[in-house]
Amino acid sequence: MAEAENIVVATAERIFADLADPQTINHDKDGRWTAPLWRALSEAGLTLAWVGEEFGGAGTDLADGFEIINAAGRFAIAVPLAETLLAGWLLQQGGIASPDGAMTIAPAHPRDRITLDTDGTLSGRARGVPFARTAQHVAVLAEGGDGVSIALVETARLRIDAGLNLANDPSDTVTFDKIMPLACRPAPAGFDATTLMLMGGVARGLQIAGALDRLLAISVNYAGERVAFEKPIGKFQAVQHNLARLAGESAAASAAATSAADAIARAAAFDEAVFLEAAAAKIRCAEAAEKGAAIAHQVHGAIGFTTEHILHRFSLRALAWRDDFGSESHWAVELGKRVAARGADELWPLVASR
Amino acid sequence: MSALRFDPIRLPRECEELRKEVRAFLADEIAAGTFNPYQPKREDADAREFAARVGARGWIGMTWPKQYGGHERSFLERYVVTEEMRVANAPVRRFFVADRQSGPILLRYAPEHIKMDILPRICRGELCFAIGMSEPNSGSDLFAAKTRATKTEGGWLINGSKIWTTSAHMADYMIAIFRTSPSTKENRRHGLTQFLVNMKTPGIKVNPIGQITGQKEFNEVVFTDAFVPDDHQLGEIDGAWKQATSELAYERSGPERFLETYYVLTELVRAVGPNPDTRSAEGIGRLVAQLHTMRRMSVSVAGMLQAGKEPVVEASIVKDVGTIWEQQLPHRVRDLAAFVEENAGNRETLENQLTFAMQTAPKLTIQGGTTEVLRGIIARGLGLR
Repeated sequence: MAEAENIVVATAERIFADLADPQTINHDKDGRWTAPLWRALSEAGLTLAWVGEEFGGAGTDLADGFEIINAAGRFAIAVPLAETLLAGWLLQQGGIASPDGAMTIAPAHPRDRITLDTDGTLSGRARGVPFARTAQHVAVLAEGGDGVSIALVETARLRIDAGLNLANDPSDTVTFDKIMPLACRPAPAGFDATTLMLMGGVARGLQIAGALDRLLAISVNYAGERVAFEKPIGKFQAVQHNLARLAGESAAASAAATSAADAIARAAAFDEAVFLEAAAAKIRCAEAAEKGAAIAHQVHGAIGFTTEHILHRFSLRALAWRDDFGSESHWAVELGKRVAARGADELWPLVASR
Repeated sequence: MSALRFDPIRLPRECEELRKEVRAFLADEIAAGTFNPYQPKREDADAREFAARVGARGWIGMTWPKQYGGHERSFLERYVVTEEMRVANAPVRRFFVADRQSGPILLRYAPEHIKMDILPRICRGELCFAIGMSEPNSGSDLFAAKTRATKTEGGWLINGSKIWTTSAHMADYMIAIFRTSPSTKENRRHGLTQFLVNMKTPGIKVNPIGQITGQKEFNEVVFTDAFVPDDHQLGEIDGAWKQATSELAYERSGPERFLETYYVLTELVRAVGPNPDTRSAEGIGRLVAQLHTMRRMSVSVAGMLQAGKEPVVEASIVKDVGTIWEQQLPHRVRDLAAFVEENAGNRETLENQLTFAMQTAPKLTIQGGTTEVLRGIIARGLGLR
């Protein structure tokens, strides 16, 4: 997904390059860059890419939306673009029109539950909800007597306890205390909390893969510029081998995440094969983030540990994104249980099913 | 630097049909007692007939032109056959090297009459090939090769030795590189030429070397005035290095580069049973996620080969990450198996497999180019060298 081949993704990349240059953002301590970026993304129809035209969205297909998210990872932008895309997609599943402005999703953690009561109100608590306090609306997946529902809620009506993720981006606890949603509809048959977590997990996997792609590029670049012991450090074999390992982790993350996105985009439903692809992608991307970020910092030495340098914008986000929509340990347990339940002789047929 | 791209290639429908055929064939072979899929440790002495049956099914030389006995099928179809054979622990050693490497080299560089003679026999599963690359004190450093080919009337005389040559003891032919002139100061790669060597040639002695697994698969091969005729020279004199590199993508990215110890994972799942504890479930889940990712990367490179690309860096990444994965796998399975029930039905099989897989593991990051050499290639691809 390195070079955008279609107009939607090319537009996203151009906007990121113009308005979300990592160096500029890193020096803008007041966050003045976010408003112009969001305006441009919104005017280009990218924030509601996954909302159908009948609801005023761009009606972009899933594959292109995933590429936008991957590109956002390459710039490690700290605005709720992926979250708004996911929220629009979730609302679309319930046949609910998306409002303008930034959105987020609840729950964002597989153990959190929001319930729909008989009086039509929502109750429950969701932890680690990305950008809750800066979003205007939350798309909610709620469970009630009649099954699973999808709802739209104004954030102004919720209790939001501010939190921060590893990269200092908003990651808030959101409490629903008998809140009446703006809209609420039953989810389609078969759509459940796991579906939402898989979709969110793949989005985070694509962001991690994008960030690792950039971590590799800036590390290789730095290794070519920084001179120590009278030659560029990239000429030292030990450094070359570290960067080769980083390339391997970046490649693995990219292969896993793009394959999972492709599986979702092609599949008629979130079936067993999609589960394998999506869960595996989140696990492998998270592992790649851990190894890759460590190598990128090692190559950069002390300068990469400073706030002045852009490295942390990518490394800390890649690490932080591991936690949203199910950590690698969560998905590993779920995947391992399914593999065990299918039995030893079904493992290879599952892996080799496509 | 352009970013690394591993497109999510999907296997086309014809691959799924083929996969069913291969699985049915292997099930018949297992039922007939040709091999035991649960015993990867075995000698391939009796696999000659198996090779002939695989050849008869059209599964050797699958991508080669029909005029040479090939079947003009896709790399992705070949991929499916390779991975099903590997996962079943089928005895492919007798024909696999010829299928993967020697045949493609002959197709590209051998004179027509040699192609017409040898390639159809490879396709029928009749010929076993060895690869003569490493020498004592050279290994992955191919430029250091010293074994000499000296011009004589009608051909070349070979003197010196090759080592770590897998299957040389049962090979009909070897494709080897020999020094035809010294390397130059400007080009250390200069001076090596590739030859086809008939292993029945007088002056060739094969000395088996025992491995720590208890097997004897690789050998020392000593050449004393062994004669190779002129028409067995492959490609340019002194230009073998250029020829060798483009072939390496085939050797380095295939499913055999991450599935050599796969069988222990199946047995772990069997031993753990349908309701694993959290620790076992997490361990299995991570291993399956890594396996799946490796396979997606490998299939992606097969797609690049099918598209006519030369994905040297991507293939090196697959081998680097893949061989480290298959090397770690038995140790990770051992760790997870620590709490497997005493009475698990396959406990003995699992323990035997773990022993063999852990004995095998050290070679995985050495054969076919060491990790260190691969990382050098990747670093070059990243623009660092």
